[in-house]
Amino acid sequence: MSIDFRKGIRTACIWMLALSGTALLCATSANANEADDLDALRNELNELRDDYEARISNLEQRLAVAEQNARQANTAVAQLGTAPAPAAPASRADATGNSAFNPAIGVIFQGQAWNYGNDPEDYAVQGFPFGGEAGPAGEGLSLGETEINISGNVDDKFTAWLTVPVVIEDGESGIEIEEAWLETLSLPGGLSARFGRFFSGIGYLNDRHAHSWDFVDQPLPYQAFLGDQYLDDGVQLRWIAPTNQFLEFGAEILRGGRYPAAGAGSSGVGARSVFVNTGGDVGTDHSWLAGLSYLDAESIDRPSGDEDDPFLFTGDSSTTIAQFVWKWAPQGNWRQRNFVFQSEYLWRNEDGAYTLPGIGMLRYDIDQRGWYAQAVYQPFPQWRFGGRFDTLSMDDPGIGFAGTGLALPDDDPKRLSFMVDWSNSEFSRLRLQYTRDQAGASDDNQFGLQYTMSIGAHGAHSF
Amino acid sequence: MIRYIVFLLIAVTPLSSHAEIEIFACEPEWAALAEEIGGDLVDATSATTALQDPHYIQARPSLIARVRNADLVVCSGAQLEIGWLPALLQKANNRNVTPGSDGYFEASMYVQRFDATGSVDRAQGDIHPQGNPHVQTNPHNVRLIASALAERMEQLDSENAGAYRSGLVDFTRRWDEAIDRWEARAAPLEGLRVITHHKSWVYLERWLGLEEVANLEPVPGLPPTAGHLSQLVRTFGDNGADVIIRAPYQDERASRWLHERTGIPAVLLPLTVGGTEEATDLFALFDDIIARLLEATQ
Repeated sequence: MSIDFRKGIRTACIWMLALSGTALLCATSANANEADDLDALRNELNELRDDYEARISNLEQRLAVAEQNARQANTAVAQLGTAPAPAAPASRADATGNSAFNPAIGVIFQGQAWNYGNDPEDYAVQGFPFGGEAGPAGEGLSLGETEINISGNVDDKFTAWLTVPVVIEDGESGIEIEEAWLETLSLPGGLSARFGRFFSGIGYLNDRHAHSWDFVDQPLPYQAFLGDQYLDDGVQLRWIAPTNQFLEFGAEILRGGRYPAAGAGSSGVGARSVFVNTGGDVGTDHSWLAGLSYLDAESIDRPSGDEDDPFLFTGDSSTTIAQFVWKWAPQGNWRQRNFVFQSEYLWRNEDGAYTLPGIGMLRYDIDQRGWYAQAVYQPFPQWRFGGRFDTLSMDDPGIGFAGTGLALPDDDPKRLSFMVDWSNSEFSRLRLQYTRDQAGASDDNQFGLQYTMSIGAHGAHSF
Repeated sequence: MIRYIVFLLIAVTPLSSHAEIEIFACEPEWAALAEEIGGDLVDATSATTALQDPHYIQARPSLIARVRNADLVVCSGAQLEIGWLPALLQKANNRNVTPGSDGYFEASMYVQRFDATGSVDRAQGDIHPQGNPHVQTNPHNVRLIASALAERMEQLDSENAGAYRSGLVDFTRRWDEAIDRWEARAAPLEGLRVITHHKSWVYLERWLGLEEVANLEPVPGLPPTAGHLSQLVRTFGDNGADVIIRAPYQDERASRWLHERTGIPAVLLPLTVGGTEEATDLFALFDDIIARLLEATQ
């Protein structure tokens, strides 16, 4: 019936067109004696006809859509008839966010129990005095970092992230600002800028929050060279190339106030970094990520080693990191079974001078190297098993450092760790870790138990 | 050496697709739907396959590169992809596809969603406050989403608006015929009592009048436990259910175990395009779902 109706419209329109054309022709023919005028008129008529044809076909299409919409409405009504309480109506504001709240709030609980053979208070790696947050957790039961994450979009151009850990130091709890950054949402050409306080984008593990680590602690080179993780105030620029192959370039200018930088040199722009990452898939089962990064940090009176009687380093600290991560899951179905291999090589040059307590200032220009390799296997949902080897090596800083914590160690420091963890859901995890430590003053067997749980909004994890 | 240079050049060459709209679909059904409507005007690729659990996807570098170059992101939404899509969007630096923009499309927002609670207590498992996101298992939903998606394509590529509109008209005509066919064929399935692995099929059940009596998962998102399965044997062992359903990415062992102890037939159903050899496109997907259900319950 509707087709007849459409045909009707079409016929009527063509008749009207013809009639109006004839009328036009009659009205003008008296005056239009010249052939040119007639041609022009014909052309005009043709144009007119084309125009009408186009309009008619447009109308036809609209009619078809309207008919479909009518049927669609019937479908919707039919659905409504059988549906329970109606869900929220369609709206773009309804798009997936972290939470119905603005901002999204999440809390991460961490706690642990450690058993050591040697006193962790005296733990030191010969040649590599730790700075920053690095070092073993206390013995026995203890609360780790309780982390409060707050995030949300500021407006259409900026998004914000805040991490506030509640930390316990010397028996007293306090609040810190770990991360507080803003990031652009609408820069053109694949660019984004981040500013505030954030974990530097160098390396693979550096910007990962502790709750997403595969082992309880960071590997030795991260502890020795970056004070666990390099975190500072500054600006980061990132660009993703418009290529099929993932290609990311980043650069940062940072204050230089935290290990391995110190003292906010160069009037508060004491650290700079660049990084490049690339990666892809091999079939549906495999994917990989590789990257190179470089951090140049100025240090002014940077403390490391013993907290009360620290070594102080002043000079230039540059760190190069090469990283490789390979992930496997049969058919890419991560949930059921997966395997991750990851390794990073860190190379650091420190060029400057150390002030040693009771000795004085000594020139120091030394290369240090460290790497780790780890593998984590999830044979079935909820359970994962992992192993990790991490080690350090260095050049001899010279006879002047003999007998101090900076002297060349007899053997390269190294550790071997195994872990097994169980996650009831993606929000809860219990982990057991054993570490054979040959990095501290004497060899040690270390056993740790850890829980990591989260409530509230929980951001998506990166690769 | 030259081979490596050539490889590098190819890898780094910017995209030179002839398509007008580059579409990043989170799941295969939306890539298939976009192609049904847009034809050669769109280049749609899916981030996941039918053999992957879309709740658990790694935010892989290859996916970041694809989001970076996309004009339109089409996902199920309702927090199905909350574990990975936000990380991709954050990393990809593509302002054209940020949530809320024209280049971001959540299919489930255009249909009636079931089990929307508005808030969650995670003790009930991994449930989605905006409702069950597996909306593609009812073809009437697909129909509603198709017209919303076509409208979005018209907005993004107004030059070819007519083509998307007629693509939609053509698809919907064929789809409506197919729905009539499916509903006629599936009539004997009405009232079928089903046990499903996960709550992936609530829209299919509503459409065909199936009755979901239990799930293999003790609470949504947690893997089946021996205790829960034994409970199911006791409750449904004596002719309490007609069929056990699982999707290709769900562990087969649980449904096989229950089948062996109760005799209730266990059937694998494609949850999306590519889930079985037969489910090669959206039409074949529903053909196959109904064929497999009929075969299992004969």
